[in-house]
Amino acid sequence: MIKYATVGKGVPRVDGPAKVTGDAIYTADIYLKGMLQGKILRSPYPHARILHIDTSRALKVTGVRAVVTGADTSKIKFAQSMKTKVPDKAFLALDKVRYIGDEIAAVAADDIDAAEEALELIRVEYEVLPAVVDPFDAMEPGAPLIHEHLPSNISWAPLYQWGEPVNGLLGDCDVVLEDSFKTHSQVHAYMEPNCSVATWDQNGDVTVWASTQGPYTHKQELVTALGIPGHKIRVITPAVGGGFGGKRHVVEPSVAAALLSKKSGRPVKIEYTREEEFTATRHRHPMNIQLRIGARKDGKFIFFDAENVVDNGAYNDSGPSVTLYAGHALTTNYMVKGVRYNAKLVYTNTSYGGSYRGYGNLQMRFCLESMVDMLAERLNMDAAELRLINVVKENDTLVCRSRVTSCGLSECIREVVRSSNWKQKKQDSRKLRGTGIACYEYICAPRWHYPHDSSSASVRIDDDGAVRLFTGAIDIGQGSDTTLCQIVAEVLGVDMSHVKIFRADSELAPMDLGTYGSRVTFIAGNAAKIAATEARNQLAEVVAEELDTIPENIEFRNNRVQLSDNPARGFSFLEAVKLALDTKGLIVMGRGSYDPPSDVVDFMKGEGKFNAAYSFGSQVVEVEVDADTGSVRLLKVTSAADCGFAINPLSLDGQCHGSISHAQGMTLLERPFVDEGNILNPSFLDYQIPTAMEAPEIDSILVETIDPDGPFGAKGVSEGYQVPTAPAIANAIYHATGVRIKEIPIKQEEILRGLDKLARSKE
Amino acid sequence: MKQKVKLIVNEQEYELFIEPHKTLLDVLRDDLGLTGTKKGCDSGQCGACTVLVDGEPILSCITLACEVDGRKIQTIEGLAKDGELHPLQKAFLQYGAVQCGFCTPGMVLSGLALLENNPSPTIEEIKKGISGNLCRCTGYLKIIEAIQRAGK
Repeated sequence: MIKYATVGKGVPRVDGPAKVTGDAIYTADIYLKGMLQGKILRSPYPHARILHIDTSRALKVTGVRAVVTGADTSKIKFAQSMKTKVPDKAFLALDKVRYIGDEIAAVAADDIDAAEEALELIRVEYEVLPAVVDPFDAMEPGAPLIHEHLPSNISWAPLYQWGEPVNGLLGDCDVVLEDSFKTHSQVHAYMEPNCSVATWDQNGDVTVWASTQGPYTHKQELVTALGIPGHKIRVITPAVGGGFGGKRHVVEPSVAAALLSKKSGRPVKIEYTREEEFTATRHRHPMNIQLRIGARKDGKFIFFDAENVVDNGAYNDSGPSVTLYAGHALTTNYMVKGVRYNAKLVYTNTSYGGSYRGYGNLQMRFCLESMVDMLAERLNMDAAELRLINVVKENDTLVCRSRVTSCGLSECIREVVRSSNWKQKKQDSRKLRGTGIACYEYICAPRWHYPHDSSSASVRIDDDGAVRLFTGAIDIGQGSDTTLCQIVAEVLGVDMSHVKIFRADSELAPMDLGTYGSRVTFIAGNAAKIAATEARNQLAEVVAEELDTIPENIEFRNNRVQLSDNPARGFSFLEAVKLALDTKGLIVMGRGSYDPPSDVVDFMKGEGKFNAAYSFGSQVVEVEVDADTGSVRLLKVTSAADCGFAINPLSLDGQCHGSISHAQGMTLLERPFVDEGNILNPSFLDYQIPTAMEAPEIDSILVETIDPDGPFGAKGVSEGYQVPTAPAIANAIYHATGVRIKEIPIKQEEILRGLDKLARSKE
Repeated sequence: MKQKVKLIVNEQEYELFIEPHKTLLDVLRDDLGLTGTKKGCDSGQCGACTVLVDGEPILSCITLACEVDGRKIQTIEGLAKDGELHPLQKAFLQYGAVQCGFCTPGMVLSGLALLENNPSPTIEEIKKGISGNLCRCTGYLKIIEAIQRAGK
C-alpha cells in the first residue's frame, strides 16, 4: 500500500470554518444595492390553456417595478441537452400550463409584500382542460393530451434487449418468479430553498448568482431562455445548501430574475418558499415495475425481464435518462445471460420528475433486491450466499457490453454479513426484529448529457507560497472542495493549509459539467490532479537544474522540494517557487483537462460503457416492527461500499449517513400526497423527513479496490449509498414478520393487513 | 406604523424602527446584515433560523422582532471570540458534523443551549435537544457525536 500524506485522511472540510461561524455566503445572503424582490406566478390548474394575460393592474401596485411573462423570453422550450429528449418545457408558460405550479409570470417589487400583492392582480384567462394525473389513465385512448407534439402521453417507450433473448432462456431456468412493485415520489427537501440573484446591466451583461449544482448547464439554459450569447452571461455559484440532484435544472428563478432585472434596471432576487420547493421543483420519478427473474436451482441467475411504467410528470427533464438507468441497473450487479427491459415514460399533469440521488437505479433495485430475497426463499438458500454466487467481478463484461474496471462487491457482502447481526431474529412479545440485506451498483460519471464528460482545473502557485486551485466543480455539501484540495496538496507535497480553492464562477473557473452522477471526485479530481502534476513538473525542472540532477530525482514532501535520496538537499516549497520566479521568471501554473474513457450513451440500444467506473456496495439493516401498530423502526445499518480509494473517509462516512437517512425517509415516511394534481402536504409538518430522533445506528465500512482510472484509485460513491436501504428494509420486515412489502413508502396498515392474513392462515 | 425596538444582538445594542409584523429573522438578515441565521421554511418547521434569546433557543422566523425588544439575542456570528472558534464549533468541524452547512448555525445554537443546561448529555438527550432542527445531509449522527464530544 502506498503511503500518502494527505489523501486517505479524514481531514476536516476546507469550507467548514465559514459554515460554523455563519460567514459562508449562500445565494440568499447576497444583498445588492437597490435590489428588488421577485415572485413567480404559478398555475392553479393541473392543465389549462392560457388565453390571455393582463398585467396592467399588477404594474399599478406601489413599489412594483417590473412584470414579465413568457412573451419576454426567447419563447424557445428546453430540456436537458440529450438527443432523445424533446424540448418540452417553457421557461415561463407560452401556451399551456401542465401542472399545478407551472410558471406563468414573474413580478419584481421593492419588497416582498408588494410583489405578492401584484401577483394576485395579474389576470390570467384560462381555458381549463381535463387533466390526467395517473400514468395508466394517461395511456388510455382518449386521455387528455398533455403535449401536442406527440400523438399520445407516452414521451418515450424504449425496449432494450441485452445479451441473449429472454424467451430463448426460459428453458435454462428451473424457477421463474414474477411480481409487481411500486415506488412513489420523494422530495429532495434540501435545507436551502432555491434562490437566484440577477443583474442585467446597461451594457447587456448579465450576472446570475444561483444555488445550482450545475452552473455550466445553468448558463446553457440561460443562453436559450434569454436569447443572448453565452459570453454575455456570467453564472456564479455561492455556497449551496444541499442539492441531491434537485438543483441540477431549476433555472426558472434565474431566468425570471434576469428578465425582471432587464426590465427594471435593478438587481432582482427570487427566493423560493418552502411550499414552492414541495410543489414546483423536480422530484423523484414514481415507478411501477413488473419484474420476472429466471434462475437455475443452484441459484445462478439466468435472466431478468422488466416492464416499467414511469410517471414523468408534466415535463421530460431527466425522465429519459432516469428511465434508461432503471433498466441498466438490471445488467450491472449480477451476471445474467439476458435482460429485457420494456419501459414507458408517461406524461401526467403532476409536478415532474428530475434528478434525485439514486436516479432510477434505486427504484429498480427496490424490486430486484426484494425479488432476489424471494428467490432465495424459494430455492432455500441464504440470501447473502445467493448474491455471492451471482455478483459481477473485476474485468467482467456485462450483458450491456460494459466492462467492470474495479469491483469489490463480494467483499462488501462478506463484510456486512460478518459485521452485522445478520439473520438474528428477535421476537419479544409484539416487537418483531429481523435483518435484511441488499446490494447495489452505481455509475460513477455517466456520459449521457453531452458528447464529452470533461472537467478542467488550473493550479497557480504565487510567491506567497499559496497553491491556488481553480475548478468548475461544485461542492453542494458533499465535500468535493476538500477532496480536490487534498488531491492537489498530495501531488505538491504541501499541507492542506497551503491550498486555496476558487470555484464555480463561469468567468474565472475552468469548465465543469456539474455535480451529478457521482462524477466530481472522479472527473474533477483527475483534472485537478493533472493540473497539480503539471505545476509540480515545472517546479521539479527548475529545482533539478539547481541541484544538478534530473527532475525524476526530485520529490515533493513535507512542504519541501528535495532530492529523493538525500532530502537534506533541496528547498522549502516557498523557496522553490521563488527560485522558479527569480531564476527563470516562471510563474508556476498547471492546467488539467480530463475526459474519462467512456462511451457516449446510445439511447437506442442502451449499450456500452457510458460511465467512467462503477461503485458497488451492500447493506444489512436491522428493523423492529411493532405488531400492534405496524410501525417500523430502522435500528441499525451496516454498510460496506467499494469506493475505489477513500480520499477522505470522514467525508465518505458523511455521505453514507446522509444517504441512508434519505433512504429511511423514502422507505418509511416520505410521500407527497397528490389529489387531482394538487400536492396536499407541501410543508415539513405534513411531509415528514427523518429527524435526529429516528437516526439509526450506522456502521460505515469502506472497501478499497483502486480503480485504474480514478484519481489515486478513487471512485465516486455518494449516490449509491442511498440505493440498497429500501429493499434491505423490506427484506428485514419480511424476515421479522413474514410480510412481503412491494410498495414504498411502506404503509403501516399494509403490514398490519399482512400480519393479520398470516395469523388467519395459521388458524 | 413602524415601531422603535431595541435589540441586543451578540452583546451589541441596536435601535431600530421596524414594521411590527417583521420577524426577528428578517430583521437580523435584512436590517442587521447578520445572514448567518438561515431561512429554511419561514414557518417554524425546520429550525434553520434558531437563535438564542436570553440563552433559550427560539425560532426567529416565527418570532416578531418587537416581541424580543430589550432582550439578549445570540446568533451564530457571536459565538467565536477573538478569532477563536467556540469548542462546539471546533467539534462540528473535527467530527464531520458539517456538510452543506445550511442547518449548521441553528444546529450549533441548539447544541449550545443544550450543553449550557446539561453539560454531559446522553445521546438520547442530544437527539431530543436537536429534534427541532432538520438536517438533510448528515443523517444527524456526526452532529450528535460533535455535541457529545464538546460536552464535558
